[in-house]
Amino acid sequence: MSSKELDLRQVHDTEFPLPAEMQGNVAITSLSKIYNWSRRSSMWPMLFGLACCAIEMIGTASSRFDFSRFGMEVMRATPRQSDLMIVSGTVTKKMIVPIVRLYNQMPEPKYVMAMGACASGGGPFKEGYNVVSGIDKYLPVDVYVPGCPPTPQALLYGLIALQKKIDGQSLANLDDVPWYGVGPSEPTPIPILGPDIIDPRQMDLIRRQAELAAAGKPYGVRELPPVVKTTKAIPSKAAKAAVAEVVDEGELKRREEAARRRQAVLARKRARDAAKGV
Amino acid sequence: MVDYEVQAPPTTGSAQDAATYLKARFPGVVSDDTRPGFQGVIVQADKLGEVAQAIRDELGYNYLSSATAVDYLGAGDHMEMVYHAYRISGGGALNFKVQTEREKPVVPSLVNVYPGANFQEREAYDLYGIHFSGHPNLKRILMWEGFAGYPMRKDWREAYYEGEAKPFESRWPAGWVHRAEERNVFGSNVRYPADFDLSKLTDISDQAVYNSASISGMGVDYQQDEMETDQLVVNMGPHHPSTHGVFRMVLKLDGETITGLEPVMGYLHRNHEKIGERNTYLHNIPFTDRLDYISSMGNNFGYVMAVEQLMALGARYTPPTRRAEIIRVLMAELTRIVNHLWSIGFFLNDLGAFFTPMLYANAEREKILDFFEAVAGSRLMCNYMRFGGVFKDIPDRIRSTANLMNDRIRDYDTMEFLSDMINERLPRFLEEYDRYLTGNEILLERTVGQGVLSAEDAIAMSCAGPLLRGSGVAYDVRRADPYSIYPELDFDIPVGKQGDLFDRYMVRMQEMHESLRILRQLLPLLEETKGQDIMSGTRAYNPRIPQGESYGRVENPKGELGFYVVSWGDAKGTQNPWRYHVRAPSFINLTALGPMSVGQKVADVVSILGSIDIVLGETDR
Amino acid sequence: MYGLGILKGLGVTIRHFIDTYKDDVLYGFRKYSKSQDNFAVRQGTQATGAYTVQYPEEKVAVPERFRFTPFLVVNDADHESPGEDWCTSCGICSKVCPPQCIWIVRGTDPATGRPVPQPEAFFIDIDICMNCGFCAEFCPFDAIKMDHDYEMASYDRTSVNIHDKERLSKPFSYWMKIAPTTATEEADARGGWEHSDVIKEKKKKADAEAKAAAKAAAPAAPAPVAAAVGEAVAAPVAEAVAVAESAEDEEKKKAERLAKREAALARKKANKGD
Ligand code: SF4
Ligand code: SF4
Ligand code: SF4
Repeated sequence: MSSKELDLRQVHDTEFPLPAEMQGNVAITSLSKIYNWSRRSSMWPMLFGLACCAIEMIGTASSRFDFSRFGMEVMRATPRQSDLMIVSGTVTKKMIVPIVRLYNQMPEPKYVMAMGACASGGGPFKEGYNVVSGIDKYLPVDVYVPGCPPTPQALLYGLIALQKKIDGQSLANLDDVPWYGVGPSEPTPIPILGPDIIDPRQMDLIRRQAELAAAGKPYGVRELPPVVKTTKAIPSKAAKAAVAEVVDEGELKRREEAARRRQAVLARKRARDAAKGV
Repeated sequence: MVDYEVQAPPTTGSAQDAATYLKARFPGVVSDDTRPGFQGVIVQADKLGEVAQAIRDELGYNYLSSATAVDYLGAGDHMEMVYHAYRISGGGALNFKVQTEREKPVVPSLVNVYPGANFQEREAYDLYGIHFSGHPNLKRILMWEGFAGYPMRKDWREAYYEGEAKPFESRWPAGWVHRAEERNVFGSNVRYPADFDLSKLTDISDQAVYNSASISGMGVDYQQDEMETDQLVVNMGPHHPSTHGVFRMVLKLDGETITGLEPVMGYLHRNHEKIGERNTYLHNIPFTDRLDYISSMGNNFGYVMAVEQLMALGARYTPPTRRAEIIRVLMAELTRIVNHLWSIGFFLNDLGAFFTPMLYANAEREKILDFFEAVAGSRLMCNYMRFGGVFKDIPDRIRSTANLMNDRIRDYDTMEFLSDMINERLPRFLEEYDRYLTGNEILLERTVGQGVLSAEDAIAMSCAGPLLRGSGVAYDVRRADPYSIYPELDFDIPVGKQGDLFDRYMVRMQEMHESLRILRQLLPLLEETKGQDIMSGTRAYNPRIPQGESYGRVENPKGELGFYVVSWGDAKGTQNPWRYHVRAPSFINLTALGPMSVGQKVADVVSILGSIDIVLGETDR
Repeated sequence: MYGLGILKGLGVTIRHFIDTYKDDVLYGFRKYSKSQDNFAVRQGTQATGAYTVQYPEEKVAVPERFRFTPFLVVNDADHESPGEDWCTSCGICSKVCPPQCIWIVRGTDPATGRPVPQPEAFFIDIDICMNCGFCAEFCPFDAIKMDHDYEMASYDRTSVNIHDKERLSKPFSYWMKIAPTTATEEADARGGWEHSDVIKEKKKKADAEAKAAAKAAAPAAPAPVAAAVGEAVAAPVAEAVAVAESAEDEEKKKAERLAKREAALARKKANKGD
């Protein structure tokens, strides 16, 4: 039993229908382990490419990087057979409708990974009129992999991070594993393509804004929250030195090491040149 | 290989001669475009059909490369359609334009003269609101039916609008960061019209698709309650493993036979052109990477050529250095191999050879990507070419340093690596791939005689690249309208005979061999120019681009990639392209998908699509 | 014969299969050994079969020009003004950034209200950054560089994906480490390992001193040594850097640094004199 699981046990959710004598029982954590192990080791991604990032995803799937080494060998074309949706590319307003539909069709437990800048937060095309600024506006995202595009190794790192996340989940915590709760979970409402994309969860907000607009009030754009501008002075060089002291030890050591190496190289070089009689 | 016999064009000679002829033939209708830096002729809108007919039939400009709209708000306040037509036998463009008012823009459709204008006119309708009288299926193509407004118009502002042109003021010197969604009440990238009534909301986007000319009107109507029993409408995509991305086809089937096909796109419409017009000229280079994201080097090449053409209008312009040109061609040809490896791999996937050919091809591709990564810094998004040269010279060694845990380093001599690839590894692989696939009886049966596109149709529908050449038309921009150092290189243009799937496959195979042939000629040139400059002029972050228009086109692996750029020079204060349009081969090649598929079995439509080789980043832009 | 083509093709697949495992059989799993040589061969042009990289047990180190997200260069810990930004908040990178994801607050002197060449705050939104490398390419002070660390996946983007100055700052020695060749080239162009402003200042000072010295009619020209050290700066440090060396004492280091700086200056002066 790792200390991590002990921690998680303390946050027992009362909603979880656990018999009193089972509360805090070690069986739960062992069960979690088995559940987690089986979920993480047979994570089947959906064969689902959106844009440029999908090319790197396919690169990751092919022989050089080969994510089947992590139990992901079968990319399923149907959402019904997949556990992981890798949102690999720019999510457009036109495409978010099928994406949400696909997500709803995936059986639980299901995970979403936002691959690349676009899927995470809009990416370079964020300002475009047909671009959704991040898939997390609609779906819950488990792992974000930054990069444009993330290289296959970066994606693999993200996949390992997802596995680690699963490893840390506890059956006793319903926030971690909502699908083991009681009753079916709510499907995500499917967006509507009106004059612009409409998130059904925002209907009220839209209606209120429309009323405001009818009343001639400013509409659509909101003032930015005031920035807390620090009027702090630029630290002097001495103060900076103090700042530099705060860096952690390993970092410091690394820096020193690098500096030393550089000096050594220079010294050798000079010696060699001197020997050559330059 | 059979050379295609083109009928002797009625006239040859320059676009200048053609313009003179047109002015004489249509007095008062055709006039010169006299704006400084602009070329071509302006045709009166109501006579456009007649003039286009003459351009095609009498002057022999039978290949319409690009048709696009420009909004001249604040500079004449009119809409303009710009057409670039070429002769299939080679030579420069005849550029003709029509102008129309902004309020109710109407232009006669050219679909009857140039069927290849079909999608491009729909795009202009979608993004600019220009109506094309006589167009058979005038519907939105990239956005959905029901979207409010015409987003490419200059006075249309997106939800995250921050300024007309980059760089934005808010970034420096008081750049306190915020996310764009923080400014929007809805917290996301949406903007509803002021008179928006939620109670009247209907989603008509799908209905419109099903009512399209090609799939409705034959007894099946989406809205009808009783369908004919033997006809069936099937949706493929946008999430479908064989549509190469987020492309959608609506098929009408009679049993297993396709009787109608409507391509639906725009699922990856990332507003490349709108963003491109806010960008500065330099900003656009990395954005072009994301067009055809498999061959980013080729996209860079086309764009920098278009801008260099503009720069050449100015006084102080020095063309790219010779070494830069050599490196550019080197990259372009490597990209061609990368792309064809990828596309053949996926084509075989579509035929049912699930993933094995793809994996073999990808293993070779990775080696070339390693080279790109070492030279340009990224595997896919190379962002390598600059105005007047390239980013950096080829490094002496492809070397890496360990800086993460478990890093394993590599260290090769770059030229050795290159010549190993070009002289040994790739030829060996191509030979093996040929043995692996070409004689395969299953492949032959699935491809020979399927998805035939005749040469006439291919030209009429403005097809480009291997699709056009597979139909037997030896049209390759590298030869027809040469650029860079291609004239001094020795290579052939492979063409097919019947225009079926197999011919397209073979053309791609042959093109890889031809690319290798070019690459072999480049190696000594690279050695020869070692150490020479890779940039002419200075590396400026805000180059001044003089006023004018230009259309730069290159033969990208997927076909002719063109960039139409309009610049106001310093007249408008900011240095941004007024119009930045991409003539995307994947997009226009799709015109031929419907005609090729009708009459085929439903299983073949997948391979037909695979043989066109589209990439959605470019199709939808 | 019908089917011959298929058989031939199958031959190729078998060949590939054998190639993938041939080495294992012949050399007893040599390719999984930790040796660098084997890795380089396996990832080079001679590779056969499926040359899988066993990430995360082994990773392909990225080439020098590789670009992921940007970082800011600051002085090393052993520098006389450690932790000082190289960035002068000139704003060029934020102008040249295509998706406009760089936000810079120019520093002002609280006493005079005049701008000072130091950023007060510096943000990069890596959810927008397209890894294009323009910022690094056009920065006139070599103050922003492209990082090689691609292992950045996170569980929550709102808290971590806008990188602030603290997160962005990395010491110059880090840049030296990840891209020795490029760093050397740049140092050569600047005329020394220092920030170009420092070099300029030092040069000014040295010029003044030289003038004073000339007045005193004492020709101070440690030319040979200086030239040698100057060469060292320009020479490719590349292959040597990887070799670690035993520690040297603080005194020597300082002396060397001084000599190095002097050398660079002398060389610059010499160049000017030509
Ligand atoms: S993050 Fe970059 S590479 Fe990925 S889809 Fe977006 S633009 Fe393409
Ligand atoms: S260009 Fe360089 S010096 Fe100027 S603000 Fe950017 S990082 Fe700082
Ligand atoms: S890499 Fe490109 S997109 Fe990213 S911060 Fe630098 S200039 Fe901007």
